[in-house]
Amino acid sequence: MNLHEFQGKAILRKHGVTVPESIIAFNPKEAMDAAKALQASTGTDKWAVKAQIHAGGRGKGGGVKIAKNIDEVEQYAQDIIGMMLVTPQTSAEGKLVKKVLIEQNIFYPGPEPTLEYYMSVLLNRQTGRNMIMYSPRGGMDIEKVAEETPELIFTEEIDPKTGLLPFQARRIAFNLELSGSAFKNMVKFVDALYKAYVANDASLFEINPVIKAADGRIFAADSKVSIDNNALYRHPDIAEMRDLDEEDPSEVEAGKYHLNYVKLDGDVGCMVNGAGLAMATMDMIKMSGGSPANFLDVGGTADAARVEQAFRIILKDTNVKAILVNIFGGIVRCDRVAQGIVDAYNNIGEIKIPIIVRLQGTNAKEAKILIDQSGLKVKSAIQLEDAAALVDNALKKI
Amino acid sequence: MSVLVSKDSKVLVQGFTGSEGTFHASQMIEYGTRVVGGVTPGKGGSMHLDRPVFDTVSQAVEATAADVSIIFVPPAFAADAIMEAADAGIKVIICITEGIPVKDMVMVKEYISNKPCRLIGPNCPGVITPDGAKVGIMPGFIHQKGIVGIVSRSGTLTYEAVDQLTKVGLGQTTAIGIGGDPVPGTTTKEAVELLMDDPETKGIVMIGEIGGNMEADAAYYIRDNFRKPVVAFIAGATAPKGRTMGHAGAIVGGHADTAEAKKEILRECGIAVVDSPADIGKKMKELLS
Repeated sequence: MNLHEFQGKAILRKHGVTVPESIIAFNPKEAMDAAKALQASTGTDKWAVKAQIHAGGRGKGGGVKIAKNIDEVEQYAQDIIGMMLVTPQTSAEGKLVKKVLIEQNIFYPGPEPTLEYYMSVLLNRQTGRNMIMYSPRGGMDIEKVAEETPELIFTEEIDPKTGLLPFQARRIAFNLELSGSAFKNMVKFVDALYKAYVANDASLFEINPVIKAADGRIFAADSKVSIDNNALYRHPDIAEMRDLDEEDPSEVEAGKYHLNYVKLDGDVGCMVNGAGLAMATMDMIKMSGGSPANFLDVGGTADAARVEQAFRIILKDTNVKAILVNIFGGIVRCDRVAQGIVDAYNNIGEIKIPIIVRLQGTNAKEAKILIDQSGLKVKSAIQLEDAAALVDNALKKI
Repeated sequence: MSVLVSKDSKVLVQGFTGSEGTFHASQMIEYGTRVVGGVTPGKGGSMHLDRPVFDTVSQAVEATAADVSIIFVPPAFAADAIMEAADAGIKVIICITEGIPVKDMVMVKEYISNKPCRLIGPNCPGVITPDGAKVGIMPGFIHQKGIVGIVSRSGTLTYEAVDQLTKVGLGQTTAIGIGGDPVPGTTTKEAVELLMDDPETKGIVMIGEIGGNMEADAAYYIRDNFRKPVVAFIAGATAPKGRTMGHAGAIVGGHADTAEAKKEILRECGIAVVDSPADIGKKMKELLS
């Protein structure tokens, strides 16, 4: 589960990671009050006004501004709240901004230059261990840094038995060429960051940039935090942070019925049991000349109620010109699924687009007979290649 | 010969008396798997499906000499169940449970790293050696004893491949579902190694998907140890890019992460890559005749 910047920072702060002081605001009035409160508590005379949406590259789309006085805080909050923010990670129409984070300015003057680093904590899937990945090149597109100057990407792998060791934290601070108080602050920062990652069952922490301020303090200036969905049961407080505004409504609806649905922009809908077979079915649609309109895994128990919901969700997408149902019945019997399809079809009323049903596995023949004799305008197949040919035909007729 | 499980395997079911455990243990017994007992803490001393129930895995091993265990324990307790099996000396641990927190699996991987056991899964359909033992949740009847070994990250897509191999008359030696979790007990490469070293296996089907480096690692091994034909399918050519927030994962995954990049590496390593999942059986038939 992805968190907003302000939620991620709240978690970091709780675990002793230094983050700039900040307050969330839902309108310009709240933004001004927040700015005044931050001035009183930190002495800051500038404020960052940052759109809170689940997407990176917010600055590029005009979603992050530095205000030099309270009037500018109001102005920027006015501009940003309610805008459709387009960034390289959003769709072309962008995402509606409903709240902004008002934050203390950490680019203040002082004895040392202000520097930006990159740091993330994540699982190294090849070794099955967590690692800290970091670079002295912060504040920019880290994929570009990795491509152009791979020698500037460092990693520190962590032994699960011991956790992050002090020498590893020191090595990170040395590699970032820090000294004096900044060195000590970075060692503490890295230690707290790793502990926060483990304590919260995170699957990703990405802090870009980590700031060394002009007085040697180290700050997490941004936070991208993802939490392992499988571990949310251990963190009810984090589970409550889920923001449904950030998710596709049809995907949220599908989730209620335990359907794993992802909307795409193609014209052939599909309903499959199993994620791997679902992806393979999408690939097959593409090879038949169509383009998949969705990913939909109905899971292990494709009963009538679930099949009906799946049809309803797919049919909401007006781009869909045909639907391919591909079920490999193992434990679940194909004739039951077929009955589910017939019932769902009748309950929904007339479905105007062609439906191709491929049922294979337990009782596949009985299922095909059931579909063929139902009188519905549904084409059925048992072999996967026959189903592909039927999709091909259906698309040619459109 | 076969790998991992055979008719001689003495199989223990952890989470034996729960609904999943009960249903699938019955199916396994019906298939002919030698299920010697089960473990449900607190129910030791009773009988279930005509087999003894034990409180701990070590008691069960002592009483039955079980060497294989299959786990149907809920996600919150599954990591503990795997480690208990490893501690008790179980040689092959097959974990079906889906949804185990990654942090728990990182600990499991570390715990079993210096123990003489192999973990398959979690989040997998299990392992089957047709006419020998079904230690998993796959439909037994689609399988047929034969000469092709299968390694797969996915469940129903494996059944698809199995079904095609049965229809073209090649059958299977052993089908290994390694599961789709980020921290798998056995990698694609390790499973391919087992099949490459199995004299009865004449050909290998490898089914992968987008994400991670496992198929590429297996491909380099196959290139350097090529002894039998390998047919591969990689699902996810049309899958949307992962909606992760950051880019850290993309960097770690490297360029072998997309379906196209993986297929390219596999082809360069001498593997017959099919673009359609409907062609897996046909392709293997062609290569073996």
